[in-house]
Amino acid sequence: MKHEFKHLQAAHCENGVTTNLLRSVGVDKITEPLSFGIGSGLFFVYVPFLKVNKGPAIAFRTMPGLIFKRTCNALNIPVVRKKFSSKESARKFLDECLQAGRPVGCQVGVYYLAYFPKEYRFHFNAHNIIVYGKNDDRYLISDPVMETVTSLSDYELERVRFAKGALAPRGQIYYPKENTVITDDHIRKAIVSGIKRNVSHMIRIPGSIAGVKGIASTGNKIKKWRDKLGQQEAGLYLAQLVRMQEEIGTGGGGFRYIYAAFLQQAHAYHPNDALLEISKTFTKAGDIWRNAAVQAAGIYKGRIGTQADFNVMGDFLLEISEIEKSAFQALSNIKWHT
Amino acid sequence: MKKEDIPQDDGALNKITKEIVYVTDDTGNYTTGLSTGWETKVEALDVAWEDIEQRIEDARQKVLKNEASPILYFTELRLMDIGIVAAYTGFWKWTVKQHIKPDVFKKLSDQKLKKYAEAFNISVEELKTMKVNET
Repeated sequence: MKHEFKHLQAAHCENGVTTNLLRSVGVDKITEPLSFGIGSGLFFVYVPFLKVNKGPAIAFRTMPGLIFKRTCNALNIPVVRKKFSSKESARKFLDECLQAGRPVGCQVGVYYLAYFPKEYRFHFNAHNIIVYGKNDDRYLISDPVMETVTSLSDYELERVRFAKGALAPRGQIYYPKENTVITDDHIRKAIVSGIKRNVSHMIRIPGSIAGVKGIASTGNKIKKWRDKLGQQEAGLYLAQLVRMQEEIGTGGGGFRYIYAAFLQQAHAYHPNDALLEISKTFTKAGDIWRNAAVQAAGIYKGRIGTQADFNVMGDFLLEISEIEKSAFQALSNIKWHT
Repeated sequence: MKKEDIPQDDGALNKITKEIVYVTDDTGNYTTGLSTGWETKVEALDVAWEDIEQRIEDARQKVLKNEASPILYFTELRLMDIGIVAAYTGFWKWTVKQHIKPDVFKKLSDQKLKKYAEAFNISVEELKTMKVNET
């Protein structure tokens, strides 16, 4: 089988799969920051009462699957998406795609993902990879977070495609249909709709658990964690926050740097200098998120841990909330020319 | 973050790949760089694993004291919870909870034990004895 697939490493798996799959159908102008921004990827939510790996459920980005869906929708690229009830039909469909020379995106769980280091193998089922070919009995895999391509056996791939638990992938396969011509005008419009939706998700969403209000309310909660949870449990909670913020896939600073990069790239399509200024504000937000992470690490490793230290930690989030609020307000004030 | 400030500490992921971070260059333009890891998040992952190791050990002790069946131990060892075990085995959550009771576990058929063994990626013998040889 011939494989002309070109692997490009990305910070985040879904951005990377989106970018690389679009390239495989001839759409080569959508970079990782563009797909993240057009897909309105930036978010913050802390869902109370829900636990992930026995810690708080915090996310810095939008729901898995939405970036690919929104980016393709905004660019008018038709998408094929299939789930399967049986492993056999899932494999058959995949093999047919590969026979036809079509690389496809697969949602997989990482717990049984053979090439991942043990330390990273949790029951997280919304990882995305591209399968681009088959040699003998090995499937050829492009995992966007990796520097190079890799491969999985029949059994290994089937196991991760049919991982169980929350967000079970059920063999899910998706790909853009080919022969799509995307003009700069398409991209210009998609950027505007992506930004508008993100503005609404971050500053207009009702309730206090999501968006910039969610960041502030989490900051206030953190100040109470020491008394409420005790030092050790509070440390675990903060460690979970930092992992969601900085772990593989975020590009650093809880996706805020990728978003800042997006606004710079958006400037090439909309030469409004406000975008460059707002980009700097997101860089600043990302920097403070990272300073907060250093403070959190001091607490969860026991180097510091007084109530004053928790207050400093909470105040970082209050400050970030204000900064991101001003940035999204500035974005919502932009007059677009499309 | 500026490109020259990318941390290059040694993280677990570094065994297989460096990861991309978004940073600014001298002129303030965004570019990407590669990082081998960052101590702050290495420590976050360490803390998470210390907690997991503790839970596994607690579960092991419970099984040894006959307060729980090995299913509890392997649930923790495989970082699962009752919901995930139920999803992999096809049993109801309530049923899994019953099977975590030592007396109920002892009466389980081989067929049921096999389902658990498969879910935990071990043999039935390993499931019964809690002895696993893994690298």
